[in-house]
Amino acid sequence: MMRHLLFVLACLALASPAMAEQPAECRVAENLIEPNFALRQVARALTAKHLDILVLGAGSSLLPGADGSKDAYPARLQHALAEKLSGVEVKVTTDVKPKRSAADMAKSLPQALAIAKPALVVWQTGTVDAMQAGDPDQFSAALDRGINTARSAGADVVLINAQYSPRTESMIALGTYAENMRWVALQQEVPLFDRFGIMKLWSDLGTFDLRSATKKLDMAERVHDCIGRLLADLVVESAKPSVPQTEGGR
Amino acid sequence: MAPVPTERDLRLDLFRGIALWLIFLDHIPSNAVSWITIRNYGFSDATEIFVFISGYTAAFVYGRAMQENGFVVAAARVLKRAWQIYVAHVFLFAIYLAEIAYVSHSFDNPLFTEEMGVLDFMKNPDVTILEALFLKFKPVNMDILPLYIVLLLWFAPILWLLLRAPSIALIVSAALYSLMWYFDWNFEAYPSGTWAFNPYAWQLLFVFGAWCALGGAQKLTRWINSPVLISLAFAYLLFAFSIAMTWYFPRLGVYVPRFVGEAIYPIDKTNLDVLRILHFLSLAVITVWLVPSDWPALKSWVLWPAIVCGQHSLGIFCLGVFLSFAGHFVFTEVSNRVLTHVIVSISGIAIMVAAAVLISWYRVIERQGPGPRPPTIKTGYAEGDA
Repeated sequence: MMRHLLFVLACLALASPAMAEQPAECRVAENLIEPNFALRQVARALTAKHLDILVLGAGSSLLPGADGSKDAYPARLQHALAEKLSGVEVKVTTDVKPKRSAADMAKSLPQALAIAKPALVVWQTGTVDAMQAGDPDQFSAALDRGINTARSAGADVVLINAQYSPRTESMIALGTYAENMRWVALQQEVPLFDRFGIMKLWSDLGTFDLRSATKKLDMAERVHDCIGRLLADLVVESAKPSVPQTEGGR
Repeated sequence: MAPVPTERDLRLDLFRGIALWLIFLDHIPSNAVSWITIRNYGFSDATEIFVFISGYTAAFVYGRAMQENGFVVAAARVLKRAWQIYVAHVFLFAIYLAEIAYVSHSFDNPLFTEEMGVLDFMKNPDVTILEALFLKFKPVNMDILPLYIVLLLWFAPILWLLLRAPSIALIVSAALYSLMWYFDWNFEAYPSGTWAFNPYAWQLLFVFGAWCALGGAQKLTRWINSPVLISLAFAYLLFAFSIAMTWYFPRLGVYVPRFVGEAIYPIDKTNLDVLRILHFLSLAVITVWLVPSDWPALKSWVLWPAIVCGQHSLGIFCLGVFLSFAGHFVFTEVSNRVLTHVIVSISGIAIMVAAAVLISWYRVIERQGPGPRPPTIKTGYAEGDA
């Protein structure tokens, strides 16, 4: 009986947002965060106590509504980083527009880099390319171009893959694009934030009901908040000196 | 002219039946049961098996027809088959439209605004439906039948050549495959891009299957049974398996030397990558070595469900595509637990077997019915389609 009571109390404690520094629901996906490549420019920026980040993305980096930009993951990333890195001035700017392929974004990247001068480019892509069923080789080539552009402007890169969207799964063939992206990330030694895997895990464990037909924003906001937090973990972990130093910036 | 064998090899039906089951399992997105399918353990998947065996059986059925009734009759039968497949494809497209229409009306989650853009084609159905009838607009997982149609449209002249000069036919096919790589040939798709299964590429496997049916397999027997080739096949399967493991355990990816990765990636399914062909051939060599054509189990009840599915491949393939839509629908609307995945997968296969039995039964009663027997049916190859 006592054990049951304790269990209930523990559940209540975890469920209460005030008690948990990071919502418990996000934590289940923690082990999918892989800081396998070092972010050296970010490490340097952290020493200088000033971190500028550019989020380059398409429609799934946005939320609709008046508070959309405040609740979408780029803003949540800034919030989470500011919490984790006391004393460091963190600024996240965005170059985000729906329906853009990797090639579209690689093209607009130089301009965005010139304005933001970031130490890190977080690049979300893949969904639109899969929807348009473009040439997978050209998708990989666009990823390479974008990564090289960001590096020659003195910025590290983190890639974010597509969302796990159960309802449209039978209509968008993500497979090849996700595989090509994983391979480019590995070859270019860029950390990949596996948004698909993380959201799939949340869906499988029932953390979020991604199949829900809701038109309301509350779940979408919580998902973006969690993505922002986990992304912040990846950025901070990858900037630690313990991460294997690679030649990077080829 | 090369003789066409008269006895149907039950191994073909068995493995085509299994391929149809695997295609069904793979076509349900995020199906927990699909971890058992071969695509997870190497480069090739059930598509290669299906296309190869379809080429083999097409040569087997229409090769005899061409020898007995001449080119025109055989070509007419091949075209009739292509037409049947076209009708089946349009039927599947109608079902797909119904599913899409339902999703676009019932689902508007703000988290997936971008993904829902894939339904934008519903805004101009006039163009989309026409492009679908021209086989240019092909929804995900509905690419195999259009490929099959194009392969059959070319098949009569290729078969004519195969019966006279099999080696030259094979060389022509391989040359087309090489030219495709050199010139980047593919069919245009709508609204953008190209066919997901490039007919210029996949014809190689279809023609190779046909070549094997018309005596090629016998020529290869000595090679296939050589211990050197079997060891090479095993070694290649092991290599593909270790690469495949890095897809599921990305941490292992760092052990793949850079030059190996650069040499093998991307493994191109659209253009039937050489790595995929080699993987399929290795599987085939080992299968032929392990499963002789007179294997008693081929006549036992254990393998019979797969064999009967393989014998009615067109109907069962279409049913499988429909069932995979339905299965995905159950996952999103009813339950997404692993138990549901298992139940849906097993019931789907059971329905496919039941339908195959029903088709067999129809064949029997149609043959017994009043009126003259259809002239095309001859014992020996009457069981099962091309």
